[in-house]
Amino acid sequence: MENGMFTVHHTIGSVLCCKCGIQMQPNAANMCVKCLSSENNITEGLLKRLELKHCPECDSYLQPPRNWIKLQLESKELLTFCLKKLQKNLNSNKARMVHAEFIWTEPHSKRIKVKVKVQKEILNGVILEQSYPVEYIQRDQMCEPCSRIQANPDQWVAAVQLRQHVSHRRTFFYLEQLILKHDAAASAIRIKETDQGIDFFFSNRSHGVKFVEFLGKVAPVKGRHDKQLVSHDPKSNNYNYKYTFSVEIPPICREDLICLPPKVAVSLGNLGPLVICTKVSSSIALLDPFTLRHCFLDADQYWRASFKSLLTSRELVEYIVLDVEVIRSAEVYIAGTKYVLAEAQVARVSDFGKNDTIFSIKTHLGHILSPGDYALGYDLYGANTNDIELDKYRGLVLPEAVLVKKSYEEKRQKKRSKPRSWKLKSLSMEVDDKGRIEQDKKTSDYEQFLKDIEENPELRFNLSLYRNKEYQQSEMASVTDGEEVPSVPLDELLADLDLSEDEDGDEDMEE
Amino acid sequence: MATRLQFENNCEVGVFSKLTNAYCLVAIGGSENFYSAFEAELADVIPVVKTSIGGTRIIGRLCVGNKNGLLLPHTTTDQELQHLRNSLPDQVVVQRVDERLSALGNCIACNDHVALAHTDLDKETEELIADVLGVEVFRQTIAGNILVGSYCALSNRGGLVHPHTSIEDLDELSTLLQVPLVAGTVNRGSEVIAAGMTVNDWTAFCGSDTTATELSVIESVFKLREAQPNAIANEMRKSLIDSYV
Repeated sequence: MENGMFTVHHTIGSVLCCKCGIQMQPNAANMCVKCLSSENNITEGLLKRLELKHCPECDSYLQPPRNWIKLQLESKELLTFCLKKLQKNLNSNKARMVHAEFIWTEPHSKRIKVKVKVQKEILNGVILEQSYPVEYIQRDQMCEPCSRIQANPDQWVAAVQLRQHVSHRRTFFYLEQLILKHDAAASAIRIKETDQGIDFFFSNRSHGVKFVEFLGKVAPVKGRHDKQLVSHDPKSNNYNYKYTFSVEIPPICREDLICLPPKVAVSLGNLGPLVICTKVSSSIALLDPFTLRHCFLDADQYWRASFKSLLTSRELVEYIVLDVEVIRSAEVYIAGTKYVLAEAQVARVSDFGKNDTIFSIKTHLGHILSPGDYALGYDLYGANTNDIELDKYRGLVLPEAVLVKKSYEEKRQKKRSKPRSWKLKSLSMEVDDKGRIEQDKKTSDYEQFLKDIEENPELRFNLSLYRNKEYQQSEMASVTDGEEVPSVPLDELLADLDLSEDEDGDEDMEE
Repeated sequence: MATRLQFENNCEVGVFSKLTNAYCLVAIGGSENFYSAFEAELADVIPVVKTSIGGTRIIGRLCVGNKNGLLLPHTTTDQELQHLRNSLPDQVVVQRVDERLSALGNCIACNDHVALAHTDLDKETEELIADVLGVEVFRQTIAGNILVGSYCALSNRGGLVHPHTSIEDLDELSTLLQVPLVAGTVNRGSEVIAAGMTVNDWTAFCGSDTTATELSVIESVFKLREAQPNAIANEMRKSLIDSYV
């Protein structure tokens, strides 16, 4: 009864289906649905079997012409991908897709089945809907990167050869930790430990270049790179190279005693010439232990006139401090570390109780040394050096000893056999089988490195230390007398993220 | 009985023929097949006349008629008019109509007593229909279609209408026509009823696509099974006698 008009109610009548004669509501074809679908197969000409190119290695599918996309089974993305292949066929048949879903198949059957519901107009405007299964066959075809890896898993494009020509490996232990912390070698396909260095192999030149840049930030390195032509396609002007980056770290380590060449000493304002290297980062920090003068040498400056160390930390000798007299006026902070000049009387521990050889020396460790302490230093009195640089200085009076650091060896001996409360991660490196002597040397180097970390908070500032789960806090800890052995405070440690099944995943407790 | 046939491979036989109780008009085809099918069925009862209207073959859609008369559109030539007057029985009035809607067969549906007409027909045409055909004229639509002549086929015994006709419309139409009506199709679901078939009181001609179901609907609604040309006369006589008594 809208707008006052009388409208006749219309009851839809029924007619007989023109084919089978059953009663039905009239439609555009005047044929019942059964007869319509028996007479017209709208899925005729639609594709029911298609092929997908599938890479079995990386589980990705080929998107022609040459894109490979990673898709999960039964995922929305895979369905979209499958239907995209079908769409052209549907369009050319003027059929319209209204619904699609996966039919479950065994994952290893290499078949993906999709139930597709389509609509299509048949005679005079009747739209018929029908669903039919489409089978996609996964044809295995390895994608380009996978096939390259499969052909030769060790195939590398860029190699970074990191070298330091010194007798120990402590620099590499430290670098290893830095690399781990910054995840710098994540893209390396192989890491190999070699004599006096480590080789890193990368599948891509840019990865290698990036790694070399990283090394340049953490050490005063010198590098050169070369390339070797592997293959060459003159038709498409393609060249295939292997790149080798040679990176050298200066053979100067922390705590080394150095006799500066006259030229360098002069350029640094007559520093030294006997100096101690206090720190090596992207630059080398040198300290004159007798005057507390110091300077930093960056990679450029060092490699312009490179020099070697006179004595290295291997040749440290233990001294006992008999007397210390601090020179109050001389106090200096270098990169956050305090040094105080002092005059000390020391005796070699090996001489102690055998003879009365006592050295009166100047040392920069006045702030930590006290009479009765043990200290490590270089024994220039007994050393037989044949350094060319040293010979260039005529009339240079060498001190009998140069103390480098305080020794905690005595205290540590009490704590021997006790495991550390922390641990470090390590890179998985290939190691050539070496003799036992080499192995022992490496283990002792590593132990030395661990001690260094413990004693030097500045050193562990850049590293990630992890809590050692096997470590049990002992009750003995409170009984220690006087000064304690330096150790890593618990709050500096990181909990290792462990996703093994039997344990609850520990939270990463970085502080 | 209903017959299935084709006009030159075309199933729309209602377009090319006009069947009434007193005469049958057939289009001039390339072959005699179509004509002979009508001839075989009707020859000894009513005249079967080959003709064109306005030079076209679609005579079924252009003219309208019953046993009383025949209305032709203004496109009909004098020659065709003369030919029809000569060929049809004398009691059939043949008349040309000056109507703007020249496809009279599409606009008018009739049996011998009632006619349904297009709503836009002239008043004069309506009067002419009533006079010439001797019928009562109702302006109607069938399932919302104004071309009533296309969407229904009527005889004195029944009628077939557009399949979408609602039940209310069916009731109204059959009240007007005083014959039973049914909604149905011809030619395998075609809803243009009058184009697909032509019918009188005892026989029907359908397109050859018409299915058995459709044929049985047609035969039952037009009561063709028991129908014979003389059966009607007998029945009429009975009723006449009844009324006399």
